[in-house]
Amino acid sequence: MTGEEATREMPATPVPRRRRPPAGNRVSTGRVVALHAGVIALLLALQFVLPSYHHGVLARVLVLAVFAMGYNLLFGYAGLLSLGHAMFFSAGLYGAGLSIYHLGWSAPSAFAGGVISGAVLATAIGVLALRTTGVAFMIVTMMFAQVFYLTTLYFNVWTGGDQGVVLQQQARTIPFAGSTIDLTDPATRYFAALALFSVVLFSVLALVRSPRGRVLVAIRENEQRTTMLGYDTFASKLVAVVISGIVCSAAGAAYALLFGYVGSTFASVQYSILPLLWVLLGGAATTLGPFVGTLLMYYLIDLSNDVLAAWAPGWNFSAIGIVGIALILLILFFPKGLLGSIRERWVPWLP
Amino acid sequence: MAFGPHLLLAALEGLVTSAVLALMALGLSLVFGVMRVVNVAHGEFYMLGAVVAWWVASLVTGHPALGFLAALVISPLIVGAVALLAERLVLRRLDYNPEATIVATIGILYILQQLALTFYGPDARPVAAPFTYRVLFPWFGYSGYKLAVVGASVALLLVTWFVLMRTRLGLVMRATQYDRETAQAFAIPVDRVYAGVFALGAMLAAVAAVLIVPISQAHYLMGLDPLLLSFIVVIIGGLGSLRGTLVAAVLIGLSDGIISAFFQPTLAKMIATLIVALVLVFRPTGLFGTSAR
Repeated sequence: MTGEEATREMPATPVPRRRRPPAGNRVSTGRVVALHAGVIALLLALQFVLPSYHHGVLARVLVLAVFAMGYNLLFGYAGLLSLGHAMFFSAGLYGAGLSIYHLGWSAPSAFAGGVISGAVLATAIGVLALRTTGVAFMIVTMMFAQVFYLTTLYFNVWTGGDQGVVLQQQARTIPFAGSTIDLTDPATRYFAALALFSVVLFSVLALVRSPRGRVLVAIRENEQRTTMLGYDTFASKLVAVVISGIVCSAAGAAYALLFGYVGSTFASVQYSILPLLWVLLGGAATTLGPFVGTLLMYYLIDLSNDVLAAWAPGWNFSAIGIVGIALILLILFFPKGLLGSIRERWVPWLP
Repeated sequence: MAFGPHLLLAALEGLVTSAVLALMALGLSLVFGVMRVVNVAHGEFYMLGAVVAWWVASLVTGHPALGFLAALVISPLIVGAVALLAERLVLRRLDYNPEATIVATIGILYILQQLALTFYGPDARPVAAPFTYRVLFPWFGYSGYKLAVVGASVALLLVTWFVLMRTRLGLVMRATQYDRETAQAFAIPVDRVYAGVFALGAMLAAVAAVLIVPISQAHYLMGLDPLLLSFIVVIIGGLGSLRGTLVAAVLIGLSDGIISAFFQPTLAKMIATLIVALVLVFRPTGLFGTSAR
C-alpha cells in the first residue's frame, strides 16, 4: 500500500471505533450459558450418531474431563500448580470402588463415599501443603501423592496393588423407580458421564463468575495485593483445594462405577501430569478448555499409537514420547492453550 | 549372621547408596542453587548415563576395565551435550521461569524415556565391573568394587569442591548464585554460566550412573527412584546449600540401607517420603539451609 492510500484510509482525526461497553456480567451471561448448553446438547446428540468405539471413548473422555476441570480450578484460576492430583482422583476411585468391593455398598452411596474421601483428603493436604508456595508447593504435593501411591501398593491385600480389582456388573446398578439403571450398559454409561460432566461444568462456570472465583484469580495475579485488600487468601486457597479435590474425586468415583476397574496406576505420577497436560492444551482458566484438551490428547495418543505402530514397527513408541513432546511444544509456543489463544484473539467474552 | 555383622553389611550397602546419591543430588542442588529451577529430568540424565555406559562398554572389546573406563569418560560427555542442547533449546526460551521449567523438564523426562525405550529397549542390561576383587571380612566377603565406588565418589566430590571454591570458574558460578544481576553487571556471562551449570549437573548424574551400573543394571525406567531420593536429599539438606546436600546424602543413604535391610522397602519409602514432605511443610529451608533469597 502506498503512503497516499494509507492517508486516505486513515483520516486525520481518527473516528473512535465504537466499542461495546465493557461486557458486564448481564451482557454476556446469555451468550455464555447458550454456548455451554450448546456444547452439552451437541454431546447429547453425538450419543445417537457415534459408532460404538468412539462412543465408548467419549464417555471415558467426559469423565477424565471432569478430572481436568477439577485440576483447572486450582491451576488455572487460583494459579496453584499441583503435581499430586492423582491422589484426589484415586481417593474417589478407591473410596467408591473398595466400598463396593469389600463392604458391598450400593452404587450411589459408594459414589458419595468416594467424594467424601476425596474431600477429607483434600482438606488435610490443603492445610499442610498451602503452608508452602511456588516450587515447594509442587514438590510437596508430588510427595504426598507418592506416599498415597505407595500406600495403595503396600496395602495390596485390600487394594489389589498393581493388578487392581474389577467390580462386578451387578454391583454397578442403581435400583430406580421399579427398574434398575445399569451403569455397564454403554448408552446409560454415556448419559451418566454426560450428566456428571454437565453438573460440574455449570458449577465451575457459576463458581468462576462468582465473587469467590474472582478472588481466586486475584490471588493468582497478585497474592500480596489481595491480602492487602482484606481477603483471607489462605482460606480462599484452601476452599479452592477442597473444591478441586471434590471434583477430581467425583471423577474418580464415577470412573470406578462406570468402567468397573480400580488400580494403583491411577495413583501414579503419570496421572498427576496428565490433567496438567490436558489443561495446558485446552487452555488454563477457561471453562471448556479442560474438555477440549482431554478430547484432543486422548485422540492424539490413540491415533498416533496406531500410525506409529504401522509406520515404525519395533520402535516401541508409546504414549510417553507423545506426552513429552506435547508438553514441551505447549509450554514453549502455546502457553495459553487452544481456548486461551482463541479468547485472546477473537472471542474476548469466552469464559 | 549375628546382628553386628548384619548391621555392618547394611551400613556398607547404605554407604554405597550415599556415595552415588551424593553425586547425583549435588548435580540437582547445583542447578537449583545457581539457576533457581527444579530439574525434574535429572533422573533421566542418570538413566541416560547408565544406558550410554552400557552402549560404550558393549562396543569396547578386551578387558572389562577398558570398556568401563571408556564409559566413565564418554558417557558424561554425551549426557552433558544432551543437557546443553535441552538447556539451549528449551529452558533458555522459557527465561528460567520456575513453573514453566518444571513443566518443560517433565516433557524432557518423557522424551528421554521414549528415546531410551526406542533405541535401547525395555530390557535391563548389566555392565561388567572393571575388577572382581572381594574384600574378606571375618564374617563375610564384600565386593571390592562397591568400596571403590565409595572412594571414586569421594574423589569426585573433592574435585567438584575444588572447582567450585578454588578456581575462577567456580567463582563465576558462586557469584551468579549469590546475585544474578550484580554478576551480570560485572560482565559475568550469566547466560553461559547457566548452560554450563545445567550440563555439569547432568554430568554428575551420569557419572553416578556409570559407577552404579556394574552393581545394578541399566533400564529405561531406572531414573524415577533416584530422582525422588535426590529431591529428598536436596530438601533435607536445605535448598541450594551444597554442604547440607552432602551431609543429607550420607544420612539418607545410610538410613535407606539400614532401614531396607530390616524393614519392608515399600513401607520404608512411604515413611521417608512422608517425613520429607512434612519437613518441607514445617521447615521449608531444610535442616541445614539458610533462608532462600
